[in-house]
This record gives sequence, C-alpha cells and structure tokens, in this order.
Amino acid sequence: MSRWKSFPSPLPGDWLILAIGCAAVAMLFVTLWQSEPAGKLRIRAGDQVFATLSLTQKRTLEVPGPLGISRIEIDNGRARVAADPGRHQYCVKQGWLTRAGQVAMCLPNQVSLELLGGEKAYDSLNY
Amino acid sequence: MTRSTIEITTTPDDHRIARLAALAITLHLIEAVIPSPLPGVKPGIANIVTLYVLYRFDFATAAWVSLLRVVAGSLLLGNFLSPAFALSLSGALCSLLILRVGMLLPRQWFGPVGLSILAAFAHIAGQLLVVRLWLIPHAGVAYLIPIFAAAALIFGAINGLIAARLLRDNAKIPSSEKQT
Repeated sequence: MSRWKSFPSPLPGDWLILAIGCAAVAMLFVTLWQSEPAGKLRIRAGDQVFATLSLTQKRTLEVPGPLGISRIEIDNGRARVAADPGRHQYCVKQGWLTRAGQVAMCLPNQVSLELLGGEKAYDSLNY
Repeated sequence: MTRSTIEITTTPDDHRIARLAALAITLHLIEAVIPSPLPGVKPGIANIVTLYVLYRFDFATAAWVSLLRVVAGSLLLGNFLSPAFALSLSGALCSLLILRVGMLLPRQWFGPVGLSILAAFAHIAGQLLVVRLWLIPHAGVAYLIPIFAAAALIFGAINGLIAARLLRDNAKIPSSEKQT
C-alpha cells in the first residue's frame, strides 16, 4: 500500500509550465477584467445624441423626452439619472454609473445615458 | 437460407483501444452528471485516461481513445452533433494537437503534469474558439476567458498529477494489458 501514499513530484519543466500558466492566467485577469474608468458620458434623446460631455465636472442636465424631463446628474467621475417621468424608474434605480460601458436607459421617455471610456467604443448594448 | 454474417477481424490493439475508450467514456459520463457552477468549467477527468494512454502506449492510441470517447460519449448523452458535441470535439482535437507537440519536449524535464496543463489550456482554447466563431459571436465572450483559463490550469495540474501517479504505480506490471 505504501506506493499509493504520495503523488510523484512534478519535473522541473512541469513547474516551469505551471509557473508560466499562473502568470498567463493572472495576466488574462488583469487585461480582460480591468474596467476602464469612464471619461465621458453620452446622453441620447430619441434617435439623437443629446450631448457628449466630460465626466469631470459637477452639473445637472435636463433632457426633454415625450413624457417630460429626465434629470441627469454628473458628479466628478460618475453620473446618474436623478429623476425620470417613466413609470418603472429602472434607470433611476440603477444609481450612479462609474465604469466605461455602463448604460442607464429610460425607455418610456426615450432617454439614455452611456459612459464612455478612452478610445474603445464597442457596442455594450448588444451583450 | 444463407445466413449473412459480417465478420470483423479485430487485433489485440483494437481490443486495448476499446477497453481504454470504455474507461474514458465512463469517466466522461460520470462527469456529465456532476453539477458545475458555470457551464464549461469541468474537471475533465476523462483526459487522465488520454494522458495515461499517451505515456503507456503511443499517440495514435491516445488519439483513438480520446476521439472515441467524444463520439461515443455524445451518443450516450444524446448530444451527438449538437453544440455541446462540437465543443467537446474541438477541445479534444486541440488538446491532442498540443499533446503531439508536447511529446517532442525532453522527457527528463517535462512530465505528465506539464503536458496535462498544456492540453487543458489547448482544450479550453479550442472550445472558446468555437464559442466565439459560432455559438456566441460577440466580443463579450472575452470576459469569461480568465475564469476558464484558471479552471484549466487547476484541473490540468490535478489531472496531470493523477495520471503521473497512475503511470508510476502501474510501471511494474507492464504485462497486465496483455491478458484478454
């Protein structure tokens, strides 16, 4: 039974592959999971871009839609829909958006708020 | 009445492949009923058999066992030619490819553990390729790559250790396969 006591120790090359594998996995996590801090925000109303603004400011905007005014608040690096005339208030309940690619949509009032990163602008709505 | 009989002559090699493939299929089926937190994150214990066969016999036998396991396993699970089968096949083909290349590495430095990790990475790479190109053609798939890669690393290492131990513990009885 003694030969079942332990596992054979891996060879040096195995340790090398393990180390490289660990490094590769760590790198994958860093490169694919980092979320860019958002720099800009884009507000759409209906089928038009209402405004594209920098996030580094403190400001409140009033965006008109078919139901009334949606109030959007920018607060130095984050943004939210502060008030909306829609029934469900989903976009308001989402709270503050901070990362690039995040979107808050107020569908009844046809207003949407999207945070943009640096250069990358792939379609975050599709996924 | 003439009885029509189809005679298939089989060699001892065929018997050996069939026996080992049956073992791999059993592990494949056991694994299929183990619940997984994320679809696709699986230990891949059937690959222990592939690895064992690769070292104990040769690459051709390992390829037979691996591919028979994929095809017969999918027939038994009822997902032959389904997306799950395509994923299984692409993973198996990619890991066989890397195992073939890995066999060229010097044996005194690289053992089953290293090859198992490489094969696990190749396996998940092949699967993700199919997912990206066919099943979910969207860049968002990239988000899952780190999780799958981490799982491949861990399970690859564990499977490799098990295979290494099996190979060591059965080294003294090489004739055990000859009885039929």
